[in-house]
Amino acid sequence: MDQITQLESLGIHILREAYANFRNMCMLWSIGKDSTVLLWLARKAFYGHVPFPLVHIDTHYKIPEMIEYRDSLTREWKLPMVYGENIKALEAKQTFPDGNVDRITCCRLLKAEALKHTLNGDWTRYRFNHEADEYQVDKDTEAYTGVIVGVRSDEEGSRSKERYFSPRDTENSWDVGDQPPEFWNQFKTDFAPGTHVRIHPLLDWTETNIWEYIEREKIPTVSLYYDQGSGKRYRSLGCGPCTQSVDSTAKNVPEIIEELKSGKFANIAERSGRAQDKEDGGGLETLRREGYM
Amino acid sequence: MNVVITGHVDHGKSTVIGRLMADTGSLPDGKLEQVKASCARNSKPFEYAFLLDALKDEQSQGITIDSARVFFKTQKRNYIIIDAPGHIEFLKNMVTGAARAEAAFLCIDADEGVQENSRRHGYLLSMLGIKQMCVLVNKMDLVNYDRKVYKQVVRKFSRFLRNINMNDVTFIPVSGMEGDNIASLSKNMSWWKGDTVLTLIDKFRKEKAPDHMNFRMPVQDVYKFTAMGDSRRIVAGTISSGTLKDGDELFFYPSGKKSRVSGIENFTGESPDEVSAGMATGFTMTEQIYVKRGNLVAREGEKQPQVGNVMRVNLFWLGREPFVKDKEYILKTGTERVRMRLFDTVKVIDASNLNSDGMKKMVERHDVAECVLTTQRPIAFDIVEDFPETSRFVIVDGYEIAGGGIIREAIRDNQAEYRDKVMDRNLKWDTGNISRAERSDSYGHTPALILVGGPEDIRKADFAKKLEQHLFNQGRKVYYLGVQNVLAGLDADMTVKRHHLYPEDRDEMIRRLAELSNLLMDVGIILVATVSELTFDDREAFRMSVAPIDVQTIWVGSTEGSDVTADYTIPDAAEADSHLVSVLNLLKECGVCK
Repeated sequence: MDQITQLESLGIHILREAYANFRNMCMLWSIGKDSTVLLWLARKAFYGHVPFPLVHIDTHYKIPEMIEYRDSLTREWKLPMVYGENIKALEAKQTFPDGNVDRITCCRLLKAEALKHTLNGDWTRYRFNHEADEYQVDKDTEAYTGVIVGVRSDEEGSRSKERYFSPRDTENSWDVGDQPPEFWNQFKTDFAPGTHVRIHPLLDWTETNIWEYIEREKIPTVSLYYDQGSGKRYRSLGCGPCTQSVDSTAKNVPEIIEELKSGKFANIAERSGRAQDKEDGGGLETLRREGYM
Repeated sequence: MNVVITGHVDHGKSTVIGRLMADTGSLPDGKLEQVKASCARNSKPFEYAFLLDALKDEQSQGITIDSARVFFKTQKRNYIIIDAPGHIEFLKNMVTGAARAEAAFLCIDADEGVQENSRRHGYLLSMLGIKQMCVLVNKMDLVNYDRKVYKQVVRKFSRFLRNINMNDVTFIPVSGMEGDNIASLSKNMSWWKGDTVLTLIDKFRKEKAPDHMNFRMPVQDVYKFTAMGDSRRIVAGTISSGTLKDGDELFFYPSGKKSRVSGIENFTGESPDEVSAGMATGFTMTEQIYVKRGNLVAREGEKQPQVGNVMRVNLFWLGREPFVKDKEYILKTGTERVRMRLFDTVKVIDASNLNSDGMKKMVERHDVAECVLTTQRPIAFDIVEDFPETSRFVIVDGYEIAGGGIIREAIRDNQAEYRDKVMDRNLKWDTGNISRAERSDSYGHTPALILVGGPEDIRKADFAKKLEQHLFNQGRKVYYLGVQNVLAGLDADMTVKRHHLYPEDRDEMIRRLAELSNLLMDVGIILVATVSELTFDDREAFRMSVAPIDVQTIWVGSTEGSDVTADYTIPDAAEADSHLVSVLNLLKECGVCK
């Protein structure tokens, strides 16, 4: 069995374990390539169905193509799509682009806070109604106790210490020093009331593996990853104001793989275009301990 | 390939890896400079270990807390190097890291020599199933690169490894700090002509997936998603060994029921004709027998798994609280999950020196032990010599995974004889053209067995009849069966004296009642049966007979002298009626009623 099939099988195994063990679960879909691979794995694990909601945190500063792509796949694949937002911070203009807070605070408000309250259900969730073809206020306000996330251990230091099944307390915080043991495909699935779990099926994948899989499975990805003729493309996607494109003429998936393996990006970290990482001295650790993905 | 690096605390694991990365140019551009600059800023000397210990906690304490994963590439292949913590406090993290590996490095400080966790890690690696190991005798710079010191460590540790059946082991003298024998041969140790860490890592053999072995697949779930007109019923799971083909005859354990693969399912592209070990897959069946999560699937004509509820195991314990008798735990093996107890400790071994204590009656944190476990109901499993994958289990204490181990032997218990009969019956079972699933769909509910136990008392039957009435009013296909109906009829050949059976006949009476229950389960109804003085063994007989259908037990009256833990207990039989609503709620949770 080749490495990609091995990674795929473990990912599907983890998704099925999660589905068998947790009742109120969701999957985070950031629209980026990693969580889109995750979505693809879910459709393979459950034979074309996605038996839990897909949750997107809309900061309203995402690059517009990302939202178009999200909604077009939602329609095409009949996805159970839900989004949440920090409407208070946006209305009060407590954002970095408005010039009122720094990048880290902006991330905390528009992402970490919005995520926390969307997951526990006390802020409004919007669910896509396929009959009406529009987002409507989601009547389901129950907290999600299991959250599937597409983080990879090669992204930055703190992520390399994650478990496949990682418990978080009510404050979403992460105790790195005291994590459950995990071996022989047996995961922690028993939880005290009030705790929830993050599930990481892509932990062992590298950036190259992700692209190789996208190529093998022909998974549709957002056009921003490819050079459209300007000699620039995005390597990692986030909010417009804090994500820089890179100089690259890779126009399709094979060219990206080539660039990662032997070209100019072979030794440059993927998130190097993400400005918030540099402001946080501990990698993403400060943000992650507080619930950032 | 995944390779773990282990060893006693401060024996230099992270330094060796950091050095290997730096000397082979495997670090991202600027990473080395960044860490060096950060050290200069905080006026502390640069260490290669800092490259790995990316987390703040670890930098300030100077030790590895969790297993960090590092991606590394040689000309031959890609590696994930798992840097496991050496501190005893973080043994569970070491286990987590090591279990993902196919081969291991173990660091021993040449100056300090073999320490407690050198041995403990060696022992755990062996139990985790890691066969290839390379011992790095590190910090050779501190002993003036003395060959004699190296030889001494090799001699001492080889003896230990032979004792624990670790045979595929090599040794290399290195210095992580100075870079000796890491990426290139050391000028300081001209006496060493062997491998460097870099040349040795490429010599680890890739473990073959066990697809040449007999077939095993733990059932993860049975999917029936009806959206978008999907009518498939797919048995899903990851194959732990062997291969599966279209048309294969399969047995599902612990029940031993049989069906045939009608097709291997796939989401994209064409369905494969064959799938093998390690693959996450799913298949449909020609006969819709009742299968559920936790079942173990085997193929006809191959070695079948063990079924039982008593097993001799080797285990290691990570929990804060010791592993003791008289406490209930959860055992997880494959996808099975069952309540269990420690029946006996055969011997408890202090893994740090391999001294064993035959008298110790509990297993403490970081101990390794040989024990006998009992599960609440029979489960399917394998023994480690036959199928390592499906012999592995973990033990959950409260909410935490507190231990893990391998099953060495299935012990025959007092139910074994009857279990064999049940398996034989299941193998020979002849089903009509209507499957259980079709019956359930038509009746609007699945079959269920509710046992009402308790001391001999008329109120037990009254309560059971009320329960029958309630379920009937909800439109359930339900039937009350009083034990005396059976005693006077089916059991008329046995000696009956005022409804008291002689003890030697009781087992046979229970067997018949359990077989009758199984027939009625196949009919598809909910059966409410009363059994006086129901015992633990009686209930096991019912469970075994009707498996995989769940048995609900309701106890009416005093529990004195009873060994059954009922799902619901009504302590005072006179007040049974006031418990009806609670019992119905319980049945609702189990999906028996609305």
